[in-house]
Amino acid sequence: MAAHETFYDVIRRQGVTRRSFTKFCSLTAASLGLGSSAATAMAKALETNPRVPVIWMHGLECTCCSESFIRSAHPLVKDVVLSMISLDYDDTIMAAAGHQAEAILEETKEKYKGKYILAVEGNPPLNEGGMFCIDGGKPFVEKLKWMAEDAYAIIAWGACASWGCVQAAKPNPTQATPIDKVITNKPIIKVPGCPPIAEVMTGVVTFITTFGRLPELDRQGRPKMFYSQRIHDKCYRRPHFDAGQFVEEWDDEAARKGYCLYKMGCKGPTTYNACSTVRWNGGVSFPIQSGHGCIGCSEEGFWDKGPFYERLSNIKQFGIEHNADEVGLAAVGVVGAAVAAHAAVTAVKRITTKRDSKES
Amino acid sequence: MTEATQIHGVLDGHGERAAPLQTVYVYEAPVRLWHWVNALAIIVLALTGFFIASPLPSTPGEASANFLMGYIRFAHFAAGYVLVAGLLLRLYWALAGNTYARQIFYLPLWDRKWLWGVFYELRWYLFLVARPQKYIGHNPLAHVAMFAFMLLLAFMVVTGFALYSEGAGRDSWQFKLFGWVFAIWPNSQDIHTWHHVGMWLVVVFVIVHIYSAVREDIVSRQSMISAMISGERTFRDEHDE
Ligand code: HEM
Ligand code: HEM
Ligand code: SF4
Ligand code: SF4
Repeated sequence: MAAHETFYDVIRRQGVTRRSFTKFCSLTAASLGLGSSAATAMAKALETNPRVPVIWMHGLECTCCSESFIRSAHPLVKDVVLSMISLDYDDTIMAAAGHQAEAILEETKEKYKGKYILAVEGNPPLNEGGMFCIDGGKPFVEKLKWMAEDAYAIIAWGACASWGCVQAAKPNPTQATPIDKVITNKPIIKVPGCPPIAEVMTGVVTFITTFGRLPELDRQGRPKMFYSQRIHDKCYRRPHFDAGQFVEEWDDEAARKGYCLYKMGCKGPTTYNACSTVRWNGGVSFPIQSGHGCIGCSEEGFWDKGPFYERLSNIKQFGIEHNADEVGLAAVGVVGAAVAAHAAVTAVKRITTKRDSKES
Repeated sequence: MTEATQIHGVLDGHGERAAPLQTVYVYEAPVRLWHWVNALAIIVLALTGFFIASPLPSTPGEASANFLMGYIRFAHFAAGYVLVAGLLLRLYWALAGNTYARQIFYLPLWDRKWLWGVFYELRWYLFLVARPQKYIGHNPLAHVAMFAFMLLLAFMVVTGFALYSEGAGRDSWQFKLFGWVFAIWPNSQDIHTWHHVGMWLVVVFVIVHIYSAVREDIVSRQSMISAMISGERTFRDEHDE
């Protein structure tokens, strides 16, 4: 029976009306940037296709992805998607615990071999045999590899699962490692951000579970629909950037006028995310709108690309932390001094050898 | 093509014999034109690049009445295209031109005499030998420096166009050609950083280059600067081998 159960069956059983269901379909289709015909296709898929189970696991993380997820803007989206995914396994929000919970994993792995989605929040620390993150009495890395074996695809939630995040900051004592460096034989969808935007998360889950295929991914494994443009490309302060009007200091006149935060270290020009279009908390605001630069939370290694409040990142390759201008000016100084000294020696030599040759 | 003008045994008004002058045509017109266009493009790129990273003080007034940052970035990109066009034409000339036109694109590491020359010139710059060797094209040490500089320019072009593709979009030809750079540095902040470090390396090259061009011109008694203008290198020396 379970193999033929559809999402629609489940949703209706959870008390969601048909009307709300269609509304959910059009809302989600819109958030994915698809047209109204997609909403119909979606409804049909949810009604007829066997439902795709989602297993949600937690490694080394702070649960900000879950926190973001359960705050999806539209209550309907939240209800539907939560009932979709909490069905199976999510150790922070499900009712079952202990052996009962672990049994679910085994059952899903067997019954839905090659069909379930493994959503991973956090990452496995590999040092000391993985003992920095023990889950159900075993290193998390073992649990992850075991569940990944039979998964259809893996969703890497947030900066942790995608890139490593702060627990992987240099010198990374626990050797926290992003999912794609541990699991190499499964399709992995990276949904980076710290946390990712709720609408982006629900959008990705809904897309995969309804259409039974992965959204189109970019070179770095991120869904193109949400990660193909930079914050800077759609930032409402961009006209001030082009004009050359910048905040120079927190709380200066330019800050009050809402000028561009580039000089205050805004990483919008190098950050791929949907904040400047989708925004946060149901579209209320986003960091730049509240006067703070983007720190690049959805980018690889953002935690080590500080300072957050300066335009130029520090370079660590030279031992001491200095930015490109400091390193470059020092190099120019050294070379300039060497050239001057060389010129001086050359001049002295010329004078003395000339005298020598005249004397001889 | 070798034109040698030698006047033997002619005495001047002071009763001294004129030095035998030898002139060789080395740098053909396309090479010289490229040299100066390239130098100009690089000066514009370094200046505008610096101000992209550390913008000038804000201009007052309405945003739509100003476009300073936009113009600076535009100048950078325009000079970037000039640089690339120049490099491509220069690459063509490496094939079409004389042997000296090829020098900066490869190192003859298999040539023992050349290798010896690198160390000899190194010793000359360290004041360990009294006189430099004479070369018609680049001396071996300059040859190494020029080759390294071409690699640096290639690096600047690749990282520059990768950064450019971020604005041009994922469906642009810039991204199709240079998007692989993001596989090396997934966070483009790193590309900014290394592109920026590259600018300082360019500045270091230019300082050393201009110094040694001027110095060689005076000390080694072979024309340098005028050689990059007229194309002809003159060896003005009494004691020739
Ligand atoms: C000698 C050659 C070049 C030099 C010295 C140079 C220098 C610089 C510098 C210092 C920056 C600022 C980096 C930062 O954000 O910290 C920059 C940015 C940039 N350069 Fe270049 N560059 C060169 C060639 C090129 C070329 C060939 C292109 C291709 C069109 C290019 C495109 C860019 C782009 C797109 C940016 C980023 C602009 C922005 O963020 O608004 N550069 N360059
Ligand atoms: C941004 C500034 C400059 C850059 C990037 C630059 C770059 C180069 C390059 C790549 C070459 C090799 C040419 C070839 O074989 O095709 C060269 C040669 C040369 N450049 Fe420059 N140049 C610059 C400025 C100058 C200036 C200001 C002078 C004059 C003082 C100068 C004098 C020369 C001379 C004399 C040579 C021939 C050197 C030799 O025969 O070994 N350059 N330069
Ligand atoms: S505030 Fe940041 S993202 Fe917005 S225009 Fe300025 S630099 Fe770009
Ligand atoms: S604006 Fe930048 S730092 Fe802030 S949430 Fe979006 S991507 Fe992360």
